[in-house]
Amino acid sequence: MKCEKCNAKAVIEMPALCNKHFTSYFEGKAKKTIKEFGLLEKKDRVCVATSGGKDSLTLLYLLKKFGYDAEALAVDEGILGYRDQTLEFLKDFCEKNKIPLRIFSYEEETGKRLDSTVEPGKPACSTCGTLRRHLLNKHSKGYDKIATGHNLDDESQAVLMNLFKAQKKLFSRQGPKTKKMRGFTQKIKPFYFLKEKEIMVYAYLKGLNVSFAECPFARLSYRSQVREALNEYESRNPGTKENIVRKYLSIRPASHQDVRSCTGCGSPCSGDFCKACRIKAGFALES
Amino acid sequence: MEVFIEKTGERKQISFNGTAKKLLESIGVNYEEVIITRNSEIITLDEEVKESDSIRVLSVVSGG
Ligand code: SF4
Ligand SMILES: [Zn+2]
Ligand SMILES: [Zn+2]
Repeated sequence: MKCEKCNAKAVIEMPALCNKHFTSYFEGKAKKTIKEFGLLEKKDRVCVATSGGKDSLTLLYLLKKFGYDAEALAVDEGILGYRDQTLEFLKDFCEKNKIPLRIFSYEEETGKRLDSTVEPGKPACSTCGTLRRHLLNKHSKGYDKIATGHNLDDESQAVLMNLFKAQKKLFSRQGPKTKKMRGFTQKIKPFYFLKEKEIMVYAYLKGLNVSFAECPFARLSYRSQVREALNEYESRNPGTKENIVRKYLSIRPASHQDVRSCTGCGSPCSGDFCKACRIKAGFALES
Repeated sequence: MEVFIEKTGERKQISFNGTAKKLLESIGVNYEEVIITRNSEIITLDEEVKESDSIRVLSVVSGG
């Protein structure tokens, strides 16, 4: 297949582009998202929520390339055989690229590792995600924005998941940028319109060489079922993922629910105690 | 030909001639979820692969 712009050999289909033209397509799309949705200004202090996986590493790489003052934050959930490996890779990457990195663990925060609180074979993602968001928010207070590697796949899956489970309140976490709210560092997603696959191609071409590692709990997640179904559908109806998020943005609720402050930690939440504090209290009772 | 499938860590010796598209179909992998490299270069689905090639099927799904 030839590049539709220059006839050189294509590295990706739809659009069919060569290495050089794909690079400018990819970077252009991220830049356009940043500009169109007002994600970042040059003066902003931004931290990237990194996992050591390809999405967040590529984001860190790109924000530095665009000239932003980006630092890295990571969360160590305590998942043996998985997170320890990706964190090693991340430390190495940050050291080589002279990017400041801070790592916070569930164990310091709650007294327990994730793999010691969830029985094998039980779903862990809901607890895990809640604690991750809690830690990232807590430790990103000194920054103007927190950037995440969420991409078109993640976001279109999330719209469907919320729809299937009718979880209206989760919609407020979606979109290229979360609303400004007291107590929350604003979250931005420069890869909102880029596919997981496009990020992988870019990372490969730039020699970022992120190796594949899978969380042992990932397969059990509801998300992985939605992902598989959506990928099936996308390959038969190209453009579906983008249509989903575009439609979502066009009907996104304009307002948010009332936000109160958690009695335990002061984080914004809808009840008396936030979910992270309720999880922590549960762990304390068990031990 | 040697085919390495990253997601499962399998290294397969298979006898195959045809397009990359056919190859993916034969191993039951969705193109949305992978990139294919031949001798370390990314290739598209229409490319013909042959016995002497070393093929890697790399997973694009980040693991959690
Ligand atoms: S897959 Fe689930 S359990 Fe594993 S790191 Fe992600 S959210 Fe946590
Ligand atoms: Zn070109
Ligand atoms: Zn709280």
